[in-house]
Amino acid sequence: MTDLGTSPDEVQFRFRDDEPADHGTVTADACCDQTNATAVRIEPGDDARTLLPFLDRLALIEVNFPSFGDGRGYSSARILREAGYTGELRAVGDLGIDQLSHMRRCGFDAFAPDKPLDAEDAERAFSTWDNVYQRTTDGRRTIPELRHE
Amino acid sequence: MYKYDSYDQQMVDARVEEFRDQARRRLEGKLTEDQFKPLRLMNGLYLQLHAYMLRVAIPYGTLNSAQMTALGDIADKYDRGYGHFTTRQNLQYNWIKLEDAADILADLAKVEMHAIQTSGNCIRNISSDHFAGAAHDELVDPRPYAELLRQWSSFHPEFTYLPRKFKIAVIAAEKDRAAMRLHDIGIQIVEKDGKIGAAFYVGGGMGRTPMIAPMIRDFVPLDQLITYAEACLRVYNRYGRRDNKYKARIKILVHELGKDEYTRQVEEEYAHMQQQGVEPPREELERIKPFFADPAFEVGAKSVDRSDPDFALWVDRNTHRHKHDSYVSAVISLKPVGGIPGDATGEQIRIMARLAQQYSFDELRIMHTQNVVLPHVKIEDLHALWTALDAADLGAPNMDSIEDMIACPGLDYCALANARSIPLAQRISEKFDASGKTEKLGELKLKISGCINACGHHHAGHIGILGVDRKGVENYQLSLGGSEAEDTSLAKITGPGFTEDGVIEAVEKVTDVYLDVREDGERFLDTYRRIGMAPFKEALYD
Amino acid sequence: MKVLTGNDLKTGDVIWWTGSGWSRRVDDAADAGDRADEILATEEAARRVNVPYVIEASREEDGSVRPAHIKDRVRALGPTVRPDLTLKPQDPEAIDWVI
Repeated sequence: MTDLGTSPDEVQFRFRDDEPADHGTVTADACCDQTNATAVRIEPGDDARTLLPFLDRLALIEVNFPSFGDGRGYSSARILREAGYTGELRAVGDLGIDQLSHMRRCGFDAFAPDKPLDAEDAERAFSTWDNVYQRTTDGRRTIPELRHE
Repeated sequence: MYKYDSYDQQMVDARVEEFRDQARRRLEGKLTEDQFKPLRLMNGLYLQLHAYMLRVAIPYGTLNSAQMTALGDIADKYDRGYGHFTTRQNLQYNWIKLEDAADILADLAKVEMHAIQTSGNCIRNISSDHFAGAAHDELVDPRPYAELLRQWSSFHPEFTYLPRKFKIAVIAAEKDRAAMRLHDIGIQIVEKDGKIGAAFYVGGGMGRTPMIAPMIRDFVPLDQLITYAEACLRVYNRYGRRDNKYKARIKILVHELGKDEYTRQVEEEYAHMQQQGVEPPREELERIKPFFADPAFEVGAKSVDRSDPDFALWVDRNTHRHKHDSYVSAVISLKPVGGIPGDATGEQIRIMARLAQQYSFDELRIMHTQNVVLPHVKIEDLHALWTALDAADLGAPNMDSIEDMIACPGLDYCALANARSIPLAQRISEKFDASGKTEKLGELKLKISGCINACGHHHAGHIGILGVDRKGVENYQLSLGGSEAEDTSLAKITGPGFTEDGVIEAVEKVTDVYLDVREDGERFLDTYRRIGMAPFKEALYD
Repeated sequence: MKVLTGNDLKTGDVIWWTGSGWSRRVDDAADAGDRADEILATEEAARRVNVPYVIEASREEDGSVRPAHIKDRVRALGPTVRPDLTLKPQDPEAIDWVI
C-alpha cells in the first residue's frame, strides 16, 4: 500500500511531546474499511464525522489543504477535537504564515507545509493573538470569559 | 455607544501589526499577490481601477463624532479629500497607497475603528437598522446583539476561509430598514410568550442570483444566539459550493438543499454545538447593553415653526419619528442634485461630526442608502441644524425620493463594473429636480448597480438599473417592483436594455405611467404591484 | 497593438509598459508584440508591477494610445465623474475620449 501522507521530517512545526507516528496513512474511506489503520489523511470534501467511531485507534490524522483558501479543514479539525480526539492533528498542503494561528486554534498541533515557511515569521504568527473572542477546544479562556471572571 | 475595553483595543492593535507585517512581506516578495490578496481583502484593501481602495468598517452603522472626525482627517491626509459611504454602512477611500495602509489602520485604531473583514470570504461587518436605539417602532435596540456578533465574528478561527463572503444584518422592528432578508443571515429580534429571542432568516442575497431568505427558525433564545449562528456557519463552511465562485454563497446551498434540509442540518449541528460551550457567558450581553442605553433626553418643543417653506420641506422629508416625542432622527442627505451619491469631503465629514456633537449626543449613523443620520436631534434644534447643513451643501430634502437613489461606484472606480452608475444618478437627479417631478412622485426607491454583483441593490429598487457591457459599450437594463423593506420583493426586468440616454428616458416614462394611473396614497411600488408589468412595458417598448 | 498595464505595487497607480520601464501616461505605452507574456512574467516577479495584463490598443494619428476597452480608458484617465482628479484636469474633452 502506498503511503499518502507526510513523513515526520516534513513536519515543520509540532506542538506535541510524543513521538510522531511514522507509518502509512490511508484515506478516510480506507480507514473506515480497515480495522488496523492508525493514521489517516482526509481531504476537504471528506466528512470528518465518518472517522468518529475509529478515533481510539488513530494516532495521526492529516488534514489536507490543497489550497489555502479552502477552509473546510478548519471545520474538520474542530469536529475531531470536539469529539475528543487527542492524537496528532496535522495540517498539510498549501499552508502559509497567515493561516497558522487560526489552524492552531482549531486544534491542529502539527504543520507540514508544502513549502517550508520562514521560522521567524511563523513564530510571530503563532503568537499573534494574546487573547481570543471565540471558544474552541484549544482550552484558551475567551475574552468574554475573562471579562466576567 | 459601545466603547472598547483593553481587550478589544488589544485585538485591533494586534491586527494593525499583523497587517503591517503582511504588507512588509508582500513588498519584500515573500508573499505573492495570490497569497496576499485574501489577506489584504480581510483588511478591507482592494485593488481598484485607479489605486488601492480601503473600506473601513462602521459596525452596525454607528459611530461617534471623534470617529467621524478621524474619517474626515484620513480623507485629507491619505486620500484625495473625500470618502464614499457604501450600501453596507461602511466608508471607503478610493486613492490609497499600500505603503500607507498600515498607518491608516493605526490611525483608525486610535479611535476604536478598523477595516477588519470588510472584504474577503469571511463574516463581514454586521449591519443594522440605521434608526436603532432611536426609532419609535423598535422592540429593543438591536445593536447589543450586533456587537455580540461583531466580537464573535472577528477573527473567527473556523470561518475565515468560507466558500464566499458572508453578510449578517440584525434588526428589531417590524419595519425593515436594513434589507434584512437580503442578507446571508438576517436576524430579527422578536418577542414570543413574553421572552425576547431571535428569528433567523438564512440564504438571502442580491448578486447575480438574488434570493429572499426564508425563515429557518422563528425563535432562538438569546442565550443561544452565537451558538445558533455558529451552527449555521459550520454547515455552510462544510457544504457550501467551492467549485464555482458564482454558486458559492449560502443562498445557493439553502436553495439546492432546500430550506427544510438545510434547517435539519443546522438543528443537528446546533444540538451538538450546545454541548461545546461556544456561547459567551450571559453576563457579556448584560455588559454590552448599558453602552446602548438612552442618552439623557429632555422634554422640549414637539413641533417646529414652519414659516420657512424650505425648512418645512426638509423636516417633512428628512426626519424620522423618534421614540421620545421631543426628538427626531435627522437624515443628512449625501445626494445633492447632480452630486455623487454617498460621497462626502473631509470637511463635510468633520462638519457632520461637529453637528453630531452639538445636536445628537455625539452620535451618528450611516444608512445603507448612503446617507448619514443624526439619531437624536431635539425638535427645537432642528432649524439651527438645518441651517448649518444647508450651508455645507448637506441639506438636500430628498430622503426616499427618486433623487435619494443608491448608486454603486460603477465603472468610474470599480474593477468589477461593466458600466458607469454615477453619471446616471447625477443626470436623473438633475432632470427630476429641474422638472419638479420629484415631489409629485413621493417615495420612489431608485437603485443603480454598475454590474451584476448588485452593490447598488438594483434587484431591490422600486426602479432598478443594472449596467452591462454590450460589446464594449455601456448598456442599461431596467427593472421594476423590487423592495428591500419588510415587504421584500425582487424587481423584474422590463425587457431589452437601453443606452445611457435611453434609460434615463425610460425612467421618465415609467414614472409617467405611475402618475397617470396611481390611486390615492399609492407609492410607485404599490401601483406596480396592482397593475403589473404590462402597462409599463407598453410605455417603454411600443 | 498589444499594451501592457497593471498597477504600481506600492502606490497602486495605474502604469503602462514603455518598452524599458513603466509610465503613468498611457501615451507612453509601447507595443509589446509577441513578448507580452515574457515581459509580464519578469516584471511581476521583480515586483515592478502588480496584477499586470495585456490589452488591445491602437496608436492614433497624433501618436496617442487608445485602449480598446472603456475600462482601460477609464483607468488611463481617471474617474469621469471627477475631472479634477483625472490626469488631464484642464482638458474638458478628455472625458469624451473615455466614452
